Amino acid sequence: MKKEELHELYKKLKDDAEHKVRLGEEKPRVLVGTATCGVAAGALKIRDDFQREIESKGLDVDVVEVGCMGHCYAEPLAVIAKPGYPPVCYGYLDDGLVHRLVEDFLGGDDPSYEYALAALERNDVFPTFEDFPRGIYEQKLILENCGFIDARNIESYIARDGYSALVKALSEKPGWVLDEVKNANLRGRGGAGFPAGIKWEACIKAGGSEKYVICNADEGDPGAFMDRSVLESDPHLVIEGMILCAYAIGAEKGYLYIRAEYPRAVSHVEAAIGQAREKGLLGSSILGSDFSFDLEVFQGSGAFVCGEATALINSMEGKMGMPESRPPRLASQGYRGKPTVLNNVKTFAYVPMIISRGADWFKGIGTEESPGTAVFSLVGKVNNTGLVEVPMGTTLRQLIYDVGDGLPNNREFKAVQIGGPSGGCLPEESLDVPIDFDSLHDAGAIMGSGGLVVMDQDDCMVSVSRYFLEFTQHESCGKCTFCRIGTKHLLDILTDITRGEGDSDTLQHLEELAEDVRDGSLCNLGKTAPNPVLTTLRYFRDEYKAHIEEGRCPALVCRDLILYYIEPPKCSKLCNVCVGSCPTEAIFTREDGLKEIDQEKCVKCDNCLKACPPEYNAIVKLSPPVLPPEKEKKTK
Amino acid sequence: MSDTVKITIDEKIIEAKKGEKLLWVALQNDIYIPHLCAIKEENRPNASCRLCFVEIEGVSNPVTSCTRNVEEGMVVKTRSPVVDRLVKTAFELLISDHNLKCSDCPANRKCALQKIAKERGLKLRQKRFKTIARDYEIDDSPEEFAFDRSRCVLCGQCIWADREEAKVGAIGFTNRGIKRVVTTFEEAPLAESICTQCLMCVEACPVGALYYKK
Ligand SMILES: Cc1cc2nc3c(=O)[nH]c(=O)nc-3n(C[C@H](O)[C@H](O)[C@H](O)COP(=O)(O)O)c2cc1C
Ligand code: SF4
Ligand code: SF4
Ligand code: SF4
Ligand code: SF4
Ligand code: SF4
Ligand code: FES
Ligand code: FES
Repeated sequence: MKKEELHELYKKLKDDAEHKVRLGEEKPRVLVGTATCGVAAGALKIRDDFQREIESKGLDVDVVEVGCMGHCYAEPLAVIAKPGYPPVCYGYLDDGLVHRLVEDFLGGDDPSYEYALAALERNDVFPTFEDFPRGIYEQKLILENCGFIDARNIESYIARDGYSALVKALSEKPGWVLDEVKNANLRGRGGAGFPAGIKWEACIKAGGSEKYVICNADEGDPGAFMDRSVLESDPHLVIEGMILCAYAIGAEKGYLYIRAEYPRAVSHVEAAIGQAREKGLLGSSILGSDFSFDLEVFQGSGAFVCGEATALINSMEGKMGMPESRPPRLASQGYRGKPTVLNNVKTFAYVPMIISRGADWFKGIGTEESPGTAVFSLVGKVNNTGLVEVPMGTTLRQLIYDVGDGLPNNREFKAVQIGGPSGGCLPEESLDVPIDFDSLHDAGAIMGSGGLVVMDQDDCMVSVSRYFLEFTQHESCGKCTFCRIGTKHLLDILTDITRGEGDSDTLQHLEELAEDVRDGSLCNLGKTAPNPVLTTLRYFRDEYKAHIEEGRCPALVCRDLILYYIEPPKCSKLCNVCVGSCPTEAIFTREDGLKEIDQEKCVKCDNCLKACPPEYNAIVKLSPPVLPPEKEKKTK
Repeated sequence: MSDTVKITIDEKIIEAKKGEKLLWVALQNDIYIPHLCAIKEENRPNASCRLCFVEIEGVSNPVTSCTRNVEEGMVVKTRSPVVDRLVKTAFELLISDHNLKCSDCPANRKCALQKIAKERGLKLRQKRFKTIARDYEIDDSPEEFAFDRSRCVLCGQCIWADREEAKVGAIGFTNRGIKRVVTTFEEAPLAESICTQCLMCVEACPVGALYYKK
């Protein structure tokens, strides 16, 4: 198709979109972050509060729902964009604050900057997110539009040059698209970091006319939600990426495999597909060319393992969602036995920008071997939780201390768990490891799904690895010996250690089994399940030893290895708060008026420790669980 | 183009048909490789028992021989410290989830587990792992045979025989993870299922899980 015709067509689309968006922007607008996390924090109520307040004041203001803004710690969040002022983001909203913003800012002229988090555009009055310390390290590619465009409105995307990559690609040969993606060295963001271009090329080489493009949005890791955020907040970015892939490999049909537990993502994507079809960007003869491609959502209701490539295909074909041995690879024999490209949500999301801005631009970000950015959900003992996007090569230290603003209350850093349940726990010494596929792998962790949990001295490494093993063992499909039976034994051994059971051989035995499960399992679930065990054994072996050799849990977490004790010198006769807090009536008043815990009755619920007023702070946990000697005499 | 390839297994030079799987080529040439789940006619192997590991020159990690096509010039070792370690662990894991009482077992002396132990010098009684406690009931509803899950190694041979040879489809795998079992539709006793009691599955079972009553 002729370049001129295409550009003419696109110009029309864009002019139309810009016109509509501008019309919308002439009025003041309130953008409420209603991605799933926002909803959980009460964003829908905030949206209604805004609507009600605005109506009652008779103001002409649009309330728009947008996706995740990446500042989940401050949720619920909203942006107020009023002509004449820079758009400003407000956090920690409640009905009082909503009332005030509507009255003073929308109804009056006071932007109430004291409640603002940041402005979204550079201006002379208020700092932007980029002026935050984290702004220096953050670089938003995938999350660029998230939270700032109306996800359910294709015009919003097109007005920001959306689908211009497709137009550019259609005026070139499919091979050009492939070359750009290959040159960009775009590596898969679903965990393993396999180069997308090489996968696509294998699919082209497999020949045949029937091919499929599938987007993996199964995202089953506990705590991971970036794929969901992207689909909810900027669905067209992923759709455009998939269309570009289809054009490159010559596919006519594609699917987004989205887990059914993500109803908002499903509805946003389905709406987006419908709108793209209406505009001639999907379906037959896309933008008048002879390239046709259509998309459908497939709702996966399967288990975690259904995110594994071969299990995903089985589940789409109506079979049990279980992994198969490879080869054959999906690229030669995938969905319905045909050559198939399966990529992660984020992998596809990079494609439009690579096509628009070029492979060299992309390679200029991040590191040579891992170009681009990394998206993490930062959680745990860190001040700024939320979705962050940083260039590859950023160190863990920068991510935790500069972007995440460190640990709260001056807590002491102990470990960072990276890569989800099949990732690894890295210690203080590893904080200067750059975040990229290969460095993390060498350190024993993986990029994985991008979960990043910060842990402090109150986290027990044995319990942490037990927790993750419990997850993977539960999610094992049961097909192969190492994973089915091996993870069960790993979990049992870890459970024993949290009870202080084991002998001098236990750790070696545990480590060997973990290595064998890693080396012998059929699919990557089993192969990566031992990572938490292997890394904690590598970096925190002493903590394991303390459990086994001394019956002591250094973090005071393992319930069988601790007891609760009221220190008589600190306890006050005037206080009896703890007595009422105890569910088992284990706390009694001694003759001298101080309180004591009947160890037989105590169920270690932690209530009393939380209840004891800070001025006394008399209750402590002791490990190993032995009462101080002086004490023992008295109880006898 | 010739349709045979020359490969070397344990220093023995072997001619094999292109496209054949390494495991079967080795077995045909009297080279033993432990295996439970492989089915010759199945072109997408289950590869679930994880016992058939071998080392191939130029390939960094051991590979399952039931999934690997022979290739011209391939040099294979069926034994090496890494292979032996994986096979030993896989075997001991299976035994740790197995009701080991050979003297009472109908498969005694013709059992595939016993054969693997003998060939590889492994002990049937393993001490490394705790035995996983199970309380399975024996299904002795069929006239001539019975099914004792506590001896099942989940190799899938019976399911293949039932589906592909008997063409009945009475049994299959169900449940996930450590709860995985072979069962009938809705876990009905075999005699109340669509099972025709053709005995093909009993013939296929390499251990004493499906066995003749007499
Ligand atoms: C147990 C398991 C779960 C997985 N879950 C996902 C998932 O939720 N999303 C995803 O993109 N990849 C997942 N993967 C990785 C996929 O198998 C596959 O490698 C990926 O989708 C390929 O896309 P990419 O090259 O763009 O990363 C999972 C792998 C395993 C072993
Ligand atoms: S490794 Fe685990 S999840 Fe993967 S096939 Fe084996 S049993 Fe199933
Ligand atoms: S830990 Fe719980 S059960 Fe034990 S004494 Fe305190 S409140 Fe009671
Ligand atoms: S199945 Fe084999 S190993 Fe198991 S009890 Fe019977 S004879 Fe022994
Ligand atoms: S005996 Fe029953 S279960 Fe066994 S193969 Fe025959 S029909 Fe299938
Ligand atoms: S019953 Fe026998 S053949 Fe069937 S899976 Fe179990 S061990 Fe294999
Ligand atoms: S701001 Fe809500 S998902 Fe992050
Ligand atoms: S025979 Fe190869 S894995 Fe079972």
